[in-house]
This record gives sequence, C-alpha cells and structure tokens, in this order.
Amino acid sequence: MKTVEEIKAAIEKAVPGAGVEIIPNPSVSGQHSLRLNPQTAIAVATFLRDDADLSLDFLSNATGVDWPDKEVAEKVKVTRTVTKTVDGVETTAQETVEETVKRVVPGCLEAVYHLFSVAKKHGPVILRIKTVNRSDQVNLPSFTPIWRSAEFQEREIFDLFGIVFTGHPDLRRLLMWDEFEDHPMRRDYVEPDDFEYEPTAHDEVLKRAEAQRAKMQGASA
Amino acid sequence: MTPTEFMTDPKKLPGWNRPPHVEPDGEGELLEVAMGPHHPSTHGVFRMDVALDGERVIRLKPVFGYLHRNHEKIAEGSSYLASMPFTDRLDYMCPLTNNWAYAIAVEKLTGQEVPERAQYLRVILGELTRVVNHASAIGFLIQEMGASGTPLMYAFKAREKVLDLFEALTGARMMVNYMRFGGCRVDATPAWLADARKVLDGLPQFADEFENLLRGNEILMARTQGVGILRPELAVNAGVTGPMLRASGVNYDIRKVDSYSIYDRFKFRVPLGEHFDVYDRFMIRLLEMRESFGILDQALKDIPGGPVMDPKAKIRGFRPKPGEAYGRIEAPKGELGFYLISDGTPNPYRYRIRPPSLINLTVLEDMCLGANVADVVLIFGSVDIVLGEVDR
Repeated sequence: MKTVEEIKAAIEKAVPGAGVEIIPNPSVSGQHSLRLNPQTAIAVATFLRDDADLSLDFLSNATGVDWPDKEVAEKVKVTRTVTKTVDGVETTAQETVEETVKRVVPGCLEAVYHLFSVAKKHGPVILRIKTVNRSDQVNLPSFTPIWRSAEFQEREIFDLFGIVFTGHPDLRRLLMWDEFEDHPMRRDYVEPDDFEYEPTAHDEVLKRAEAQRAKMQGASA
Repeated sequence: MTPTEFMTDPKKLPGWNRPPHVEPDGEGELLEVAMGPHHPSTHGVFRMDVALDGERVIRLKPVFGYLHRNHEKIAEGSSYLASMPFTDRLDYMCPLTNNWAYAIAVEKLTGQEVPERAQYLRVILGELTRVVNHASAIGFLIQEMGASGTPLMYAFKAREKVLDLFEALTGARMMVNYMRFGGCRVDATPAWLADARKVLDGLPQFADEFENLLRGNEILMARTQGVGILRPELAVNAGVTGPMLRASGVNYDIRKVDSYSIYDRFKFRVPLGEHFDVYDRFMIRLLEMRESFGILDQALKDIPGGPVMDPKAKIRGFRPKPGEAYGRIEAPKGELGFYLISDGTPNPYRYRIRPPSLINLTVLEDMCLGANVADVVLIFGSVDIVLGEVDR
C-alpha cells in the first residue's frame, strides 16, 4: 500500500494541476486523507479506480460532514500613534496594545469517501471535497458514475446535509419524505415543534372545523 | 439483451443515467404496484415501487425511511459510551457484531489495547452471531418462497439455543450492550464456556439436518437457480459486501483482508459462488456457517485466562484527541463500518455508520429487472437485510 504522499505524487503525475492537498490526521488511527479540488475530482477519481497499482475499485463509505461558520477570537498586537499631553506639551508616541479581534471563519459542507481495493486488498484511501459555503454554493461532482455504491449514499448526504451532487442520475431524498424541507444532520438544525406533522387528506376538513369553532365562539361571546 | 449482459462492464456504460434495460412487449400500459410497506416479506417496513408488464418487472425503485430515527444525530448529542446500547438496535438480528464494529472504531480513535481473553470472547460471540444470522436468513428466504413455517422454525430452534447463551452472558437475548472500548463488560464463567461448547457440539448436526432438508429440494432449485444473477464486476462497483459479494465469486472477506482482532490465528476457508444466483447466496450462507463452527471450535479450545478489560481503562466520559478513524468488520450481512470524527469533546463530532444492508440494496433493481414479480420477493430475501440498519 502506498502512503498518502506517494498517492498524491501519482495523482499529480497523471492529472496535471489536480490540486490535491494532504489533510493530516493527528489521531492514533493515522488515517490521513486527501482533499480534492471539485473541478478535477472526477478525473482524479477515475484515475484512482483505473490505475493498475492502486485499483481502488471499491468505494466503501461516503458521508457528509457539516462545518458551520466558526467565530474565532484572536489576540492581535496593534501599534497606533497616540497623542498625549504631558506638562501642557502635545507629543505623539507609538504604542503597542494587545487587542482581541473576532473573526468568522466561513463554514462549508464536506463529502468524505473511503476507498478500498478488492483486487489488491488494500485501503483505506480517504478523499474529501469541500463546498464553497453552506447556503447557495453547495454543488459537488457526483461519484456515482464512477462507483455505483455512491448512489444511495450520495442521496442520503443530499437528504441529510444538503450537498447537491451534479451528475447523479437520481438525486432524491432517501430517508426523509419528499416534502420535507430542511437538512436534519446539519449542526444548526432545529427540530420543529410538531415534527410528527405530515399533510393528510383531512387537513382541509380540520381547517374548516377550526374556522367553524372560532365562528361559534365569536357568536357566543 | 438481458439486463445482466448490459451491466457486465460498468466502464462501457454511457454514465449511469439508466435507460430502461427491459423494454415492455407490445403496447398497453404498465401496471404500477407498491410492494410494501406492510408486505410480510419485507423484513420490517420497506417499499418497492414496481412497474410491471404482465408478470415482468420493468422498473423497480426501493423506498426507504419508514424506520428512520436519525441515530447518527442522536449519537452526536451523546457521549461515546451512550451510543453503545443504541448500536444493538441497528441490525437487531446481530447486536454483538454491531457492538464490536463500534468498539473497534473507537479503539482506533483512542488507541486502547484489548486484552487477549476479550479478543477471544469477541470472536466467539461474533461467530455465534454469524451462525444465528445465516440460519435465520435462510429460514426467511425459504419462508418467502412459500414454505411457510417449517424451515424457519428449524432455524429458530438453533437460534434459540444461541440466544440463551447470549442471555446467560450479557443478560439480554438481543439488546446485549456487551462490548466496551478496550474489552468486554463482564467475563464468561467456565460454566458458560462449557455451555457454549455443548451448543457448538450440537450445531453441526443442525446444519446437516437443515442442509438435507433444503439443498436438494426440487422446488427450491427450480425457483432459485439462475434467478437474480449479480455479475462480479457490478457487485464490486456497487459496493456489495458480505455473503452477497462472495456468492458473486469475489474473494473478499474482511476477516482475511484486514485480519482485525485475532482472525489471523484461525484457519478457515472463504466459500465462493460460481453461478452468482439466489441459490449460490443460499449455499454460501450454509457453507459460511460451517466455517464458523471451525473458528468457534478453535477459539473455545484456545481461550486464555486473564482480564477481559484493563481495570484502569477509562470507558466513561473520556475525550479522544482531535482526529478521525474508520473501523470496519465483516458483519454477517457485509462490511459494517463506523466513521468517527473527534473534536476533543466527550461527544463525537461526527458519527457515521456504513450500513451493509442499505448498500447491498443498490443492486436490487439490476437483479430484478426482467424477472417475474414472484421472484422479486425471493431476490430481495436473498440480499438479507434488516430495516433497523437500512433506515437507521
């Protein structure tokens, strides 16, 4: 099994300008991952599957991770010119102050893929792709045309995280019902009060009954 | 062109925007049938939207989510240990392998060592689970073929003996909550090991009876041979694992490939299918059961003394270093994996289950297209799923 560095070198040789980045994993598991550029992800994935040495023909696990916007407090040294009045004489002096600056690191959604090789019996090779943000630019290329096993898993990611996979043949919700609007696995998801509510055929009748009741109460009062 | 010919080489396909592989004969409208969610053969609540031309299946779309409770979200809100009893409820036919897969993933994240005796106990319990699962999977398959009751009750007779063992050791037949990070919850007594040996001695006879009852049955052969063919190329590409993959002739058993735990110490063979059909998937399960008897025999013979858990190990409220880990095992239904991301807090930042049952269903449509509607139930039964794991 090649190390991540060797795999990265092989990818960059095969796909020029692939822009692959190694994401180290500080945990004892030592499973480092490769971050792909969404533009070249399809070419890289095809190479990983078809390369004779790697032949990663088995996409085992595909999942999403939500990284919300994070507010980071940083201490920054700021140098300013301060005017001071000493004994009636105005002097200007340079003063260095430490200030706390709050900065928002923009969040993103991430798709993570675990690849193995059935032919060579090695793995895992972990791929990650990031979206631009969490609201409107959430498109990522679909790996379903390369590995069929991504079909249901990418549908699940679309359903629960809201990543839109372009090139997926059948991108529908997998677990939630079709009329559901939010993405429950996002970190900022808030459960609705009446989450058991589903539109039923009786909705109109119930609405009319409610109106009737209000009318009756209005008449009696 | 049959659907399986069409699917042989995925690289030759013009993308997966699947054109209907099977064309309806002549004119007339297709009959759309919703099989499920309350059909008794759906192992829970599962629906297949099937379009039929006469008896032939033209289109089949599985519909999930009836049992969805977002286990992953619940696990992200609770500590590592608090998710352990919840894993029993995923694939409730084999709770012990679910425990094991989760324990392995957390051990990869924290680097905890597992004592020898606990490793042996895990193998013994895991293989007993495999026997139970395969026996009942075959029982359900035959039940779905129309042999109502008898074969399933044979399978359950053996299952009941093993469940009694689980109850004696863990306190519960199914919701066992037995494994811990770095070992097991309680030790097995010598009396329990003697009981396990007694049960194991009875199992080969059960397998013989079961096999003699079914293997040569003319109706079973007529219904299952040549039905639901899954080519190996498609099986690998679609991420099919477990007995399904090996029935398609692909030699991939994670017990051999990763040799996780102590599987490199045991001698066992990996049975492979030759015809890739429902009959092969049925026979593979019978043969795997017999290999499991061998592993159980070796493990019960070699189990050493000692603790089942490091007394200093912290199992409650620990904070793994930030990082991530993917741990997987060969569960009876296929590759069961857990993917965990830690951010240094007592709760996992991301907790993901790779469910073999869900991913094995990816190829359900490909296997069923062009088949008779009566065979759909049979092909579906040969996948062997549990909806608790599919919907999570």
